[in-house]
Formats: sequence, C-alpha cells, structure tokens
Amino acid sequence: MSTRTPSQLRTNADLRHLQRTMAAALMQPLSLQDGMNAKTQADFITPNDRMSGFERLEIYARQYWFRLLDCLYEDYPALRVFLGERRFHQLCRDYLAQHPSTSWTLRNLGSALPSFITDLRARDIARVEWAQTLAFDEVLKKLLRIDDLLGTDLSTLRLGIQPCVVLLEIDHAVDHFITAMKKTDADVRGSASQAMSEAPTRDSIAKAPKLKRERVHLVVHRHDNMLYFKRLAPESFAMLAALRDGLTLADAIELALAHATPDTDWPAQIREWFTEFSQLGWFVKSPQKS
Amino acid sequence: MPANPHNGHTDLGIGLGLRVPHYRHILEKKPVCDWFEIISENFMVDGGRPLEVLDSILEQYRVVQHGVAMYFGNADPLNRDHLQKLKRLVKRTNTPWLSDHLCWGSVGGRCSHDLLPMPYTMSVARHTAEKIRQARDFLEVPICVENVSSYAEFTQNEMTEWEFLNEVVEQADCGILLDVNNIYVSSQNHGFDPFEYLRAVPHPRVGQIHIAGHTRYENVILDTHDHPVPDPVWDLYAEAIQLSGSTATLLEWDDKIPSFADVHAEALKASRYLHEHSHA
Repeated sequence: MSTRTPSQLRTNADLRHLQRTMAAALMQPLSLQDGMNAKTQADFITPNDRMSGFERLEIYARQYWFRLLDCLYEDYPALRVFLGERRFHQLCRDYLAQHPSTSWTLRNLGSALPSFITDLRARDIARVEWAQTLAFDEVLKKLLRIDDLLGTDLSTLRLGIQPCVVLLEIDHAVDHFITAMKKTDADVRGSASQAMSEAPTRDSIAKAPKLKRERVHLVVHRHDNMLYFKRLAPESFAMLAALRDGLTLADAIELALAHATPDTDWPAQIREWFTEFSQLGWFVKSPQKS
Repeated sequence: MPANPHNGHTDLGIGLGLRVPHYRHILEKKPVCDWFEIISENFMVDGGRPLEVLDSILEQYRVVQHGVAMYFGNADPLNRDHLQKLKRLVKRTNTPWLSDHLCWGSVGGRCSHDLLPMPYTMSVARHTAEKIRQARDFLEVPICVENVSSYAEFTQNEMTEWEFLNEVVEQADCGILLDVNNIYVSSQNHGFDPFEYLRAVPHPRVGQIHIAGHTRYENVILDTHDHPVPDPVWDLYAEAIQLSGSTATLLEWDDKIPSFADVHAEALKASRYLHEHSHA
C-alpha cells in the first residue's frame, strides 16, 4: 500500500486507504510528552490559520490514546495502586501498542492484560480485576430449581455455573489487597462526547496496602448487582471448577475429593456446599447433554 | 416538524442523557422528565446492573437510543455482531427512533472508539448512505444521523460539511439529529458561518436536536460536554427551532456532571425557545 493517500476519493478502496493511513497515524504510540511521532504523514489534513495539518491530526491521536488509557485506568485501579503511577502508565502504553482495540466495545479492551504481565504478583491482581469486569455484567442465567433435577440420573447429571461467577486460583491475597483499598465497584462508562482533552492522570494515588503471598481459591461473583469475593476450600473450589468444565456431578465430586483427608464427614460437607452455592444462585442447568 | 417519519411520528419535548451519577436520584425520586436518551453501547451487555437500571427506567419513562459505534462512514461493512446486539436492545427499549453519528471510527479490524470526521466527497456520501439504509432495514426503526464536531478536514474534500450531510440524508432517506453545539464547534475550528450551515439543512428531516457545552483552548474548541450551554449555542438553537419547529431536544452533559436538578434546569432553558415558537 502506498503511504500517500489518494488525491481524490473515487472508490471505496480509496476511502479505505485514507482511513487506514489515518488510523495508523492515530494508533502509533505517543511520545513521552504525549506528542505524535514527528515523522507521521499528515499531508491529507488541511491546515487552518492556527494549526498545521500535523497538529490537527495530533488532536485525534491524543484522544485515541487518552481514551484507551482511561479505560484501563478504570478497569485496573488496584493494579495501578500496586505498581505506582509511572510503572502502571508505561505498562498500559506497552500493552495497548501490542493489543489495540479490535472490538466496537471498550469492555474487552483489558482482557489480555493479565497474560501480558510477567510479574506474578501484578498478574494475580490483574486476573482478579478482570474477573470483576466479567462478574459485573456477564449474564445471570435462570437459576437451577429442585424441579429441574426431578427424574435425572445423578450419576450422569451435569450442572453449569453462572457466567457471572468467576473461579480463580491465585498465589497472593488479592482479595484482601483490594478490600483494603476500599475499591468501589466499576460502573458503566462511555458517553457521546468525542473529546478526551487530558491524559488520564488522577489527583493522587493511594498508598499500596501489603500484598501477602498466600494460595487462595477465590470466587468473584455478583449478587444483587454488587460484586463480592468469596474464598473457598480447595475441595469445594475443585468441584465447582470441574462442574464449570463440564464434568458430571459424580466425577466432579470424585475429582474434588481425590486428595481429601478422611477425617471429614464429606457427605455432610458436600450437602452444605450445595445448600450454600444454591442459595447464592451459582448453579444453572448445564447446556451440555448428559 | 415536531413529529415526522424520522422520529417515529413522536412529539417528545426536552430530554436528558441517562448517566450513571443520576441513576439513584432518578430511580428513587422519579423526577418529571419528558424522556431519556441512552448510549446504546452501554446497555449492549448480557446482564448486570446496566440492564436492571434500564428496565426500571423503561417502566417510568420514554427512552430513545443514541449510539456511538455504528460508524456509517467506515470503508468496511457494518459490524454484524454490533447490529445484532443493537437490534436486541431496540426490541427491549422500543425506541421510536435511533441515532448515531455521521463519522467513521474503525478500519481493518482496529477500532479508534472516536467519532472521526468524514471526507466530504460524492462517492463517500453514496457509500455512507447505502450503509445507513442497510442498518435501517435490519434494525426496522427510523434512523437519524448526527453531525459531529471536528478538528480536522481532509484535503480530498469536494464539498462543505452541510452539503455532504444533505447528500447523505437525501440518498439514505433518513433523519438528522442536528447537534447545534457541534455545528458551532466545527464552525470555530474551520472558519465557516454556523448559521449558513443551519439554513442549508433539510429541515423536514430534523428528528431531534442536541445541545451541549464545549471547551475553548488556544487554537481549537473541543466538544467536551462538560459545561452549561454557552450563549452562541443557544443562539443557534433558537434559529434551529425557528427553522425546524418544536423538535425533541436533548441536553448532553457527559463529564464533570453536576446534580440531576442542575442538569435538568439547564435543559429546561430550551423550553423557552420551544414555547416561543409554538406561540409565534
């Protein structure tokens, strides 16, 4: 593709060429001073009496980066506190350079951030914060009722887990970290305003609480439209994870108790789990055929 | 032209954008408000609080959908996933019409999440109009396209923005969401007469009007929606009402959002113009 845009737009291919050129200009990383790369081609933009074509195009480049950075700032407030302003900002810039938005919605912009992070502590925080995004607006399916189980063969029964219930095995007490930050739930964002005139800096950054190393089996879930953390025992977590992954109830229990100690009344324990998780509305009818 | 085919033959008055900081006030106090405009994409989710709030609002108020991601001006085809989710929402809200912007925003699978300006050429107008027709046929609801604020113009332009707008809406046979603040912002950034723009618009196609505030910088005005409506925009609004009639009007306030009462009071200033026109 020629770098020079067509002087006239006669076909849709001409329009696509122009739009690809402009998008490439906007989406290349800004300088540390939030300026557009000085070598950017902007000869397809008309200057006016106050600004060059380059300066006018640069407005859109800044808006692009500030808007996407702002989205990550909203979705990962705990990670920002943990890393500090400078490291978090650089992480976001590096991430967006490799993971530009490919969707009409900004909701999924940060979905690949956890796997992009190499630091294990920061990655665990990012995993929990992404789980919060999922728990916030994933669908709440019709709850499982006792009637749904009538006549079913329990040995082949498969149950599903609500999409807004997210299971995470992590190596740090991120739930305590976030609770200590007193993070408020994310809310819907977006507006019809085009303008993002300022980079997403915040007035001050909270002091990071201590992040303790600890193996945690965590559920991030939504109840009455509020987000909650719930820690589980390894056995109940393993059972839920197995059900989520499509195993039969019998196989899920067997897997969960494979390494369980014999000094527990497991039948009573399992009944207790089912009572609690059912009250929380976590079970749904499995879409898979048994 | 208060009621016309482009706004579903409705005769709505003054509306407000439904924004998160006002949810609690609206749900608890149930203030009198003619209608609310929602950003469609905020509610094109599978579950959670957004949809629950929307359903509660729909029990009390008329809701009109306004989108930010249809991108009629993209060289690429319409996004089927977006359209299908949008149609699901249209059925939920029963919106009498639906609006989105006369702009482009993504290409080659990468999305800017911005409302980028169009090159004003005849071939681009034809292409854009065809996509508006496609969207309307699929969504089965009248569509109004909104003129955007812009900070740059293309060297390839063959006509003025208002000539381009006219070409698009005539060829698409669709309505106009006339944003008088955007006309003002662009007029200052590009050096044209905003009243010439207003007079050139095909007024029978205006289904809705937007008013808003903006921010003036040294060399450019940005469409920030974070201020009250300034006097020059009210002047344009008065002219727009004279030309188009008592058209459904919405105040946009998207950043540094004050209380619901303050936003509503600012919006109700528009009633003076609507009232004067209806008694003229």
